[in-house]
Amino acid sequence: MSRIPNRPRLALGAAALAAALTLTGCGATDPLAPADPGATGTIVVGSQAYYSNEIVAELYAQVLEDAGYDVERRYQIGQRDAYIPALESGEVDVFPEYTGNLLQFLEPGTTSTDAASVYSELIDALPDNLVPLAYAAAQDADSYNITLEFSNQYGVTSLADLAGVPVPIIVGGNPELAERPYGPKGLLEYYGVEVEFVAIGDSGGPLTKQAISDGTITMGDVYSADPDIATSDFVTLDDPEGMFLAQNLVPIVSADLADDIRALLDAVSEKLTTDELVSLNLRSTSEQLSSAAIATAWLTAMGLLG
Amino acid sequence: MNLFVDALAWLFSLDRLIGGNSIPQRVLEHAGYTVLSLIVSAVIAIPVGFAIGHFRRGREVTVALSGAARALPSLGLLTVLALMLGLGAAPAVAVIVFVVLGTPSVLAGAYSGIESVDPATVKAARAMGMTEWQVLWKVEVPLGLPLLVGGLRSAALQIVATATLAAYIGLGGLGSYIFTAIPLRQYDVMLGGAILIMVLAIVIDALFAGLGRLVTPRGVRHRRRESERSLALSARPARGTTL
Repeated sequence: MSRIPNRPRLALGAAALAAALTLTGCGATDPLAPADPGATGTIVVGSQAYYSNEIVAELYAQVLEDAGYDVERRYQIGQRDAYIPALESGEVDVFPEYTGNLLQFLEPGTTSTDAASVYSELIDALPDNLVPLAYAAAQDADSYNITLEFSNQYGVTSLADLAGVPVPIIVGGNPELAERPYGPKGLLEYYGVEVEFVAIGDSGGPLTKQAISDGTITMGDVYSADPDIATSDFVTLDDPEGMFLAQNLVPIVSADLADDIRALLDAVSEKLTTDELVSLNLRSTSEQLSSAAIATAWLTAMGLLG
Repeated sequence: MNLFVDALAWLFSLDRLIGGNSIPQRVLEHAGYTVLSLIVSAVIAIPVGFAIGHFRRGREVTVALSGAARALPSLGLLTVLALMLGLGAAPAVAVIVFVVLGTPSVLAGAYSGIESVDPATVKAARAMGMTEWQVLWKVEVPLGLPLLVGGLRSAALQIVATATLAAYIGLGGLGSYIFTAIPLRQYDVMLGGAILIMVLAIVIDALFAGLGRLVTPRGVRHRRRESERSLALSARPARGTTL
């Protein structure tokens, strides 16, 4: 009785095993990797799961396409844990990055904060097969933001002014900010300000911005290229002591491609300032345009296409 | 294995006992939100559940409503409510989210407990001249209590696991270790935090398991054991025939 129902199952198992063996080839290579990356002449451009990063990736992609390269887009690949291995293995050739955060990822103990020294340390920290091209003036860095009313009331425009404020300062930001060198510890060390910390886990998103507006927190960590800083009438506090890491946008590319595409991407970086980045982001957040449409319009306006 | 050792080293370091981020502090926050939310869930769901069970009415509507509310992703609900009420109301937001999560289980435990009572028993109680109130409190509730405790138990487990999200809106709890450690890639802290949540969940589950045994009426317990025994006896010859 029991042997008959088992036979189809056995056949199925054999078929699955055969399929598995075929799919894995001889089992020594990653079955999901492209057959021979790079051999097709296609440049793979990746981006983080962050809309602003995708827009910059699209700038790179369209400039490369315009120069005659075949471009494959792999956008929204999560965060660094997910895409750095793909870059290192050569699966992705071009990736827009932020100098400071990438350096902190590769060298957690780094103490450089200004743009030039972060960049030069980054060149050494990257594996040999990855090269950073010239960085743009545009930054998308952590920044502390307060309301215009608070700024006017206590005359605060810089982190250095905070020490004179007679009311307690409550800082809001991602939970890990508590441990970062530019978190509460940094504020005490660089500016002598004791602050209370509230963890808000949305990376300077709507919850953080609303908490600044309604006064739940005095100041919040919002990325400097966030268009809402201007539209919400926030004041971004200056950082005269250079507490925050520089976060210049920089294309990270495969070493064997670097010389071929350097001039193309350098031309983009040259035009990309923080104000331009904010305006690009704004077209996404307020006009809801696709990254491709935003990139084409900007590149055309800058004379970088055709 | 090394990671596990690192996590244990992190857990049992003396540094974990001091400051605003200490383990006792975080456990208290986490357990506090869990217990408070469970109490609110119970206050809402038990009377409604008893009413549904006793009058045998309104079950479909209530179950559909509470089930639909529970299907909302907790993190999304937390964000939307925090945006609506403001982060100043963060504790209330967290409790609402956890209550939405916990209420359906308590509700199900309450009404199914009452519905599980043998109709003959209820009829007998009425025949003895008990008022409806007495039928509910002296017959249906005591006999349905084990199922109610079961409902509370599963609600508590879901809340204790989801209370991790409290850290997302600055309320601390054990989730703050995990939320902090992920971007910093401190795997020992992530695992340590996860272990703490597991231990807390197991402790709460064990408490409810004990409570469940305590509230099972002696007569029911005795009868259940007897019926189990007779079931086992009747099962033996049945198995024999298939051999």
